[in-house]
Amino acid sequence: MTEASFPSDPTFTNGGIPLKVRLVKAERRRRIRDICLILPLFLFLTVTFVVPIVSMLWRSIDSPEISEVLPRTAALMQEWDGSDYPPNETIAVLVEEMLAAREGRTLGKVAKRLNYQNAGYRSLFMKTGARLSRAAESDGPEALLADPNLLARFSVIDPRWENREYWGILKTAAPPYTAFYLLQTIDREYDTEGNVVRVPEDFAIHVPILWRTVFISINVTILCLLLGYPIAYLLATIPTKYSNILILLLLLPFWTSLLVRTTAWLVLLQNEGLVNDLFIALGIWDEPAQLVRNRMGVYIAMVHVLLPFMVLPLFSVMKRIDPYHLKAAASLGANPLRAFLKVYFPQTLPGLGAGVLLVFIISLGYYITPALVGGPTDQMLSYFIAFHANTTGNWGMAAALSLTLMVGVGIFFAMYQRLIGSDNMRMG
Amino acid sequence: MLNATPADEPYAMVEADDALVRFIDVQKTFDGETLVVKDLNLDVADGEFLTLLGPSGSGKTTTLMMLAGFESVTQGDILLAGQSLKSTPPHRRNIGMVFQNYALFPHMTVEENLVFPLESRGATKTEISEKVGRALEMVELGDFGKRRPKQLSGGQQQRVAVARALVYEPRLVLMDEPLGALDRQLREVMQYELKRIHKEIDVTILYVTHDQSEALTMSDRVAVFNDGEIQQLASPSDLYEQPENAFVAQFIGENNRLMGTVKEIQGDQCAVEIEGGHVLASAINIDGIGARTTLSIRPESVRIDPPEDGYPDRFEARIEELIYLGDHLRVRVRTCGHDDFIIKLPRSRETPVVEVGQTRTIGWHPSDCRALDVPD
Repeated sequence: MTEASFPSDPTFTNGGIPLKVRLVKAERRRRIRDICLILPLFLFLTVTFVVPIVSMLWRSIDSPEISEVLPRTAALMQEWDGSDYPPNETIAVLVEEMLAAREGRTLGKVAKRLNYQNAGYRSLFMKTGARLSRAAESDGPEALLADPNLLARFSVIDPRWENREYWGILKTAAPPYTAFYLLQTIDREYDTEGNVVRVPEDFAIHVPILWRTVFISINVTILCLLLGYPIAYLLATIPTKYSNILILLLLLPFWTSLLVRTTAWLVLLQNEGLVNDLFIALGIWDEPAQLVRNRMGVYIAMVHVLLPFMVLPLFSVMKRIDPYHLKAAASLGANPLRAFLKVYFPQTLPGLGAGVLLVFIISLGYYITPALVGGPTDQMLSYFIAFHANTTGNWGMAAALSLTLMVGVGIFFAMYQRLIGSDNMRMG
Repeated sequence: MLNATPADEPYAMVEADDALVRFIDVQKTFDGETLVVKDLNLDVADGEFLTLLGPSGSGKTTTLMMLAGFESVTQGDILLAGQSLKSTPPHRRNIGMVFQNYALFPHMTVEENLVFPLESRGATKTEISEKVGRALEMVELGDFGKRRPKQLSGGQQQRVAVARALVYEPRLVLMDEPLGALDRQLREVMQYELKRIHKEIDVTILYVTHDQSEALTMSDRVAVFNDGEIQQLASPSDLYEQPENAFVAQFIGENNRLMGTVKEIQGDQCAVEIEGGHVLASAINIDGIGARTTLSIRPESVRIDPPEDGYPDRFEARIEELIYLGDHLRVRVRTCGHDDFIIKLPRSRETPVVEVGQTRTIGWHPSDCRALDVPD
């Protein structure tokens, strides 16, 4: 690089410095300026967006309760091979740590964590803890710990301890990291031997919810496309002074909160609502139709909210299509259908792709609208994320479902990228 | 209006039987109040290159669009090869069309653009590849078939548009200001190119432009449009040399206009009184003795220091400005009450030497001074 070179070599400057080196130097100032321009936003996003999301998603594999509260038990559980029952010494350590945890009021945390894997484990664990501590008080802790058959003592407290499954759960829940939550999102779990198996039929709720979410999103996207394409075409072909007004009307709903709009649909569509009253008055149907608190309500409200996301990218692409193309196609002998399919439609694909992707991805994460206007069987994935986060406090499950949703969106985006390519996408 | 029909003009008079296209009493209005095209009667001969020339808003493009089927005909009828086009939708008219912005389909390659009209007509595969190849050869773009229109220069896109309008061999091709988007040099090249193609494949071309030099270069006949009416329909040389009204004289080429009153008419000559004297002029389009008239004199017909013989119209003129333009010298003089009277002097040894500030005698031959109507 520093060697003297012939001045005639075109890749070196007159001073003998490689042109590339000079170029980097010359462009450095501009690069620093570019970095300074995006730095504030980058920091803001990192602090408010990336860090919380990563820490939230971390919870989907995080399982600290047992290894924190019962550290020695957790370690010993790893040594136990899962067959038969844990050795007596291990149970003794468990008893010792349970007593200490009860003292320190942290036993409930462990019980709650175990309860995620088997409903009923909480009461079992808390009851066992209470009985053990009573025994420790009456006989003295040393006597309790010296008991050569603690398992029998456990069985006396609650016969469920004779079921090896409960010990197995204690083992699988012990490590500080777990795939338990993630497996749950696809209705899988570990059995006592540590194999991944299907959860029992009655508990397999997540996969159907995933499919329902995708199914509703696909339908909403198709409905938005069928309704939005003609609107976008109209907007793109009428004079600008009219299309501006219509676009304003299209965007008007965005100025109202989503919650208000959804509630408005609830009012409009309910059995004694405006729509039913009007249709009965017009004689279109005789008795109130169930338009809300079911799938119909979800579709109506979601399509209403998401339609602009379909129309705007389509409009911006259609606006750029030369109106003479259709005339040219006609002059070249193509009938109107052929002219549309071969000349117009292909040119709208970038906007169509953007609109479909936007509507579909936003639909996947929809929460408030289905929650308000849908029935119990119309709830989408986000509802269960909120349910786990707000109602049961099961952050691990909420995080795992969120991660599933994110991965799902990622897969669809990758598919889109593969089929159409984001270079060809026009958002507006 | 048509009076001069020299025998060497093949399309000067089109017999109704020879006409490929006939506009019969065609009227067009967009708003129901004003006529954009007023009572148009025009016959286009088979194989002719006919140009509709006029300023914007003169109705020439509307006329073309009615023929193509993109605008409805308010009144009257248009016949193509003897058949009324009234109930024929655009895609069944089998007319080629080249648009001003080319309207090439950006998502298709050049070849696909050319295949499109053939496929629309259900041509066979071998037919398609043969015709596409031939059309690309004709516009000298044989190697560009796989490119997209965006990857071509303006001139090349123009050629593709022409090839696409010709590939299915229509008898009639319409061109709506097809060279408008090109720069001057390229426009001239393309003018000759279009002329060559027209000769080569014997197609009828109806061409719309507002550029008079384009119209004169390419056309067999030119229809000068203004205000929804054909002002004159004639060959380029007739249009330039024998304009029939003040609008055509003004629109085609440059001319000096002197306003005057007709004093006397003798045969095809008349005496006109203008500011600063009397002149003899050719009586072309005047209303009679006492009527106002516009005298039109081409700048190149005016001579400085004209010989005594044959130049009865002589005036004193003061040289105001000289502009050197290489092949000729443009002289602006003050005469007959105008200070924008232009004389073009060809650059040659015989050309008299003039200087700004001189007062010289100028003159012209009465046959080069045409007494025309007075525009409103």
